[in-house]
Parts: sequence; C-alpha cells; structure tokens
Amino acid sequence: MADSTLASPHAADDEETRRDFLLIATSTVAAIGTAFAAWPFIHSLNPARDTLAVAITGVDLSPIAEGQAITVVWQGKPVFIRHRTAAEIKAARDVALDQLPDPQPDSARTEKPEWLVVVGVCTHLGCIPLGQRPTDAKGDYGGWFCPCHGSHYDSSGRIRKGPAPANLAVPPYRFLDDHRIEIG
Amino acid sequence: MDAKTWKNPIVAWVDKRLPIFTMMQHDLVDYPTPRNLNYWWNFGSLAGIVLVIMIATGVVLAMHYTPHTQHAFESVERIMRDVNYGWLLRYLHMNGASMFFIVVYIHMFRGLYYGSYKAPRELLWQIGVIILLAMMATAFMGYVLPWGQMSYWGAKVITNLFSAIPLVGDAIVTWLWGGFAVDNPTLNRFFALHYLLPFLLFALVFLHLVALHTSKSNNPLGIDVKGPQDTIPFTPYYTVKDMFGLGAFLIIYLAFVFFAPNFFGEPDNYIKANPMQTPPHIVPEWYFLPFYAILRAITFDVLFIPAKLLGVIAMFAAVLILLFLPWLDRSPVRSARFRPIYKQVFWLFVADCILLGVVGGHPPEGVWVPLGQAATAFYFAFFLVIMPLLSFIERPRPLPSSISAAVTGKGVGISAHGVAE
Repeated sequence: MADSTLASPHAADDEETRRDFLLIATSTVAAIGTAFAAWPFIHSLNPARDTLAVAITGVDLSPIAEGQAITVVWQGKPVFIRHRTAAEIKAARDVALDQLPDPQPDSARTEKPEWLVVVGVCTHLGCIPLGQRPTDAKGDYGGWFCPCHGSHYDSSGRIRKGPAPANLAVPPYRFLDDHRIEIG
Repeated sequence: MDAKTWKNPIVAWVDKRLPIFTMMQHDLVDYPTPRNLNYWWNFGSLAGIVLVIMIATGVVLAMHYTPHTQHAFESVERIMRDVNYGWLLRYLHMNGASMFFIVVYIHMFRGLYYGSYKAPRELLWQIGVIILLAMMATAFMGYVLPWGQMSYWGAKVITNLFSAIPLVGDAIVTWLWGGFAVDNPTLNRFFALHYLLPFLLFALVFLHLVALHTSKSNNPLGIDVKGPQDTIPFTPYYTVKDMFGLGAFLIIYLAFVFFAPNFFGEPDNYIKANPMQTPPHIVPEWYFLPFYAILRAITFDVLFIPAKLLGVIAMFAAVLILLFLPWLDRSPVRSARFRPIYKQVFWLFVADCILLGVVGGHPPEGVWVPLGQAATAFYFAFFLVIMPLLSFIERPRPLPSSISAAVTGKGVGISAHGVAE
C-alpha cells in the first residue's frame, strides 16, 4: 500500500510469469511436505505396538462345564463364552429366522455348536448384559438381559426383544485345538 | 489502516464484523519493512516457528506421557519403542528445545549488535528478556519429565538454588517440591507447568509482535525509516526470505533429529532416576552452561553475603541485567557498524559467553575456576562498565542520511565503510 514505494512484483502486470510458476511449484511442494509431516502426528494416536500386542486373547475352555459361562477380557471389552447345553443349542437352532429382528442362523454364529463366543456389549448403548452368572436374569429367551434399557438376547446372543438393533457381535476367533481358542 | 474491500463475499462479511483479514493484510503483507534487512533478521520468525513445532509435538507427546515417578521413565521408553512415530516426535521435541535456544540466542546477539534494544524499542527488548526467562523455566521443567538421572539431579540442584535465600530458603524449597525431596508431587506440578508455560510464551510472543509492529523493525544501519522509499512490503519480500531461511534451518534441525538425535543430550538421562545416587558429573543442558558457570564462579563470601547466595544472585542477575540494557548503553547510535570500539567489544562479549559455556561444561577444578571467574567478571563488566563508558568515549562514524540512500548508493553523508558492509 502507501507504506512502501515498491509494491508486490505481481502487481506489475497481469500476465503469467516465470515467478508465478516458481511460486506455485514451491507452494505445492511445501503443501505436500506439510501433509507428510502431519502423518506422524496423526498416526501416533493410533494403537501403539504394545496395545496391538495384547489385542489377541487366548482362552483355555477345558475348565468350563456344560451350562457354565465365563467372561474374558479381549481388547478391553468383555467377551462371553458359554458352554451351551443341548437344550440351549436346540432352542437357538429351532427358531424361525423371520421371527428375528436381526436374522442370522445360529450355525453362522458358532464354530462348534456347544461353544458360543460373543462380545458382551449390548448393541443398544454399550452396557454389559446380565446372564453370565447362574443367579443373573437371563431374559425371556434364556440368553442375556440388558438391565439398562431392557434388551433380551437368546442363547445364540441374538436380539429378540427390546431397543437393541443388532445381535451381540461375534469376535473373530479360532480353535487352536479341541479346548483352546484364540480371540482376535 | 486502509479500509480494503475484499472480493470474496464471505471474507468481506467476516472482516466487517471481525477484521482478522484486514489485520493479517496489515501485519503480514503490507507491513512496511526496512529494505536492507540481512539474514540475521530471520531468527525472530524462526523462533516463532520453533515454538509452534514445540507446542505441536509437545501436545501429542503429553497424550502418551505419564507424570508419575513410577511410570514416567517407562512411558517415555514406550513412546520411543511402541508409539507410532513416537521416536520421531520425541526427538523433534528434544532437539527442538536446543534449536529454540540456538535461534533465540542468535536473535538476541543480533539485537545486541545492531542496538535493537534502544529507544523506541526498550519494551520490545524487555518482553524478549521475559520470553527468555519463560523459555528457561519451561526447558528446565521439561528436562525433568523423562525422570532420568540427569532429570532428577538437575531438578534437585536447581530447586536447591532457592535454599540460598536467607531465612525462608528451606521453606521455599519444601514448597517447590511439595514434600521433603524431589518426588511425585514435584514431577506432577512440573508437568502441569511445562504444559502451561508455552501458552504463556505464545501470549508473550504476541505482545512482542505488537510492540514490534508499533515501533517497526530495526535494521542493519540502525537508523530510522524516513519514508516509503526506505521500506518494502513484508510480503512477498520477507515472506520469501523467511521461508528460505526456514528451509535452511529445517535441514540442520532435521539432520540432528535423524542422524544425531542424542547429540545435545546426556547419556545419564537414559538411566532411571535414583534418589540414592548422584551421577559423578552433573551438567545442565548446554543452553544453561554459561549461567551455570557464573553460578559456580562465586566461590568466596563478600562481606556478610555467603558465596552460595551470591552465586545464585549472580546467575539470575546475568539474565535480569538485560532488562536494564537500554539505559546502560547511552550511545545514540544503534548499529555496531558505526561504533568502532563497541564492534570489537561485542565480539569479545560473544567469545566470553562461549567461554562461559565451555567452563560450565567442565568440573569446577584447576584452571577452570579462575577462568570462570575472569569470564564472569568480563560478562558483568561488559554491561556495567564498558557499555556506559563507551557511550561517552566512543566517537561513532557518520551515519548515512537514509536507508534508501545507503542501499542505492545515491545518498549523501554516507561513510564508505558503512555501505560496503
């Protein structure tokens, strides 16, 4: 402006100059460089290597008697493991899929029929449903009952009644041998 | 400020209600800057950029750090080994501290050489001194956080400085520690303050800039801007120059980060703090060495003042004396270019500061003791004797009539020497 006699060299004329090219080229490289520099900051907030290292949980199933259930911690979340009885398996398999809010056959939710492994977090708002202990309320369908807002899950961990929109999630897991699984 | 009309309707709408775009235009683009600034004028903006880098890396590091004596050291090692790019963020932060001091020290020596502290920039200079003090406090507390041996014993020694205060010294130290030794309460408050102070620094830098843009930049000739012919707009001329300087700076900074990340550090700080064992040779970080040398130079009582207290006073006085510099130097000429004697003494002073740094890095024995005492004596004599005296005995060279006259060679009353430099 009027403070200095020399204005910006761009003001001289409106035509593109070598200087404009250099300005755009340099700015582009600088912008790309800044974007690359931002990545370490962003990525540092992702799970660290020690966090990833404990992201897999191994469980020995042999002490769990038929009809019993245990809760293990996997990635900071409770995982329900239930050794189902023949009656529970039958109840889970006999139900017609069109009666389910989130239709999914029991066979698609288990590796072996007697073992059900689900993430014990209600799909409504994240409470932990009751039903693991013998004294717990198991809901109307013999599975789990979420006390927060009254969702009922069946013996396959599928939502049957209440506000939850989806079945209890099945975590990725595999059998290492007959009585050991690895979750994660 | 001209009422500029903005083409973009959204920008215009915002600017009418909150004139941030007008302010940016005024202070970052139009800002009339002397046309003769050299590369020594790059270090102010560099310091600002380093502050931003320190805050950015620091905030992310704080998300992974645990301020507890039982976990601090391990959490830093976790940052180094497990956190994604944690090593990079920490090395950027560690070496950034050293770079910050290098840049700021050069920035200050530049001010000293070109008389940037003189009227009307006294307050600008003094805010700068306060910024230096805040930086020192921040750096010291940051160094404690990894809870290594040097962290711990550095914290112990520096906090114990306050025990030299008569009568209430011990009570103050206990208050600083929040206990009877440097321990968890100390670490916790240091972490809180280490996070807080950079934001105060940021506010001080803002004031520094407001003061700068009020009295405008000094220049290598040290003479006032006489009119528009003496200045050029900050953008693009100095934006480009600052960016070029930044590129050169980043190459040096990142060379340390990637190829010699522990160059400025002490290996002892990779040993976890042990309150039962002092390392054989304690040294502060390099940027504190000159002041550390001054602290240790006072080995004698003066009248009723014990050596311990006097050393602490001398160390703090070494920084605080800068606050009085605008009135200790009475010479009306700013730039050392036109002050033949001051120019020589200035370089002696720079050498003296480096010597003090070297002395501070050696154990206080043998020749290092008298050397440190002589260097300390010169340090204070520079401010208290030489500066006031030179104001009267030195005969400055004739000043150019204006900046534009000097740089275009068309002016009158220019000494050949002044232009040639």
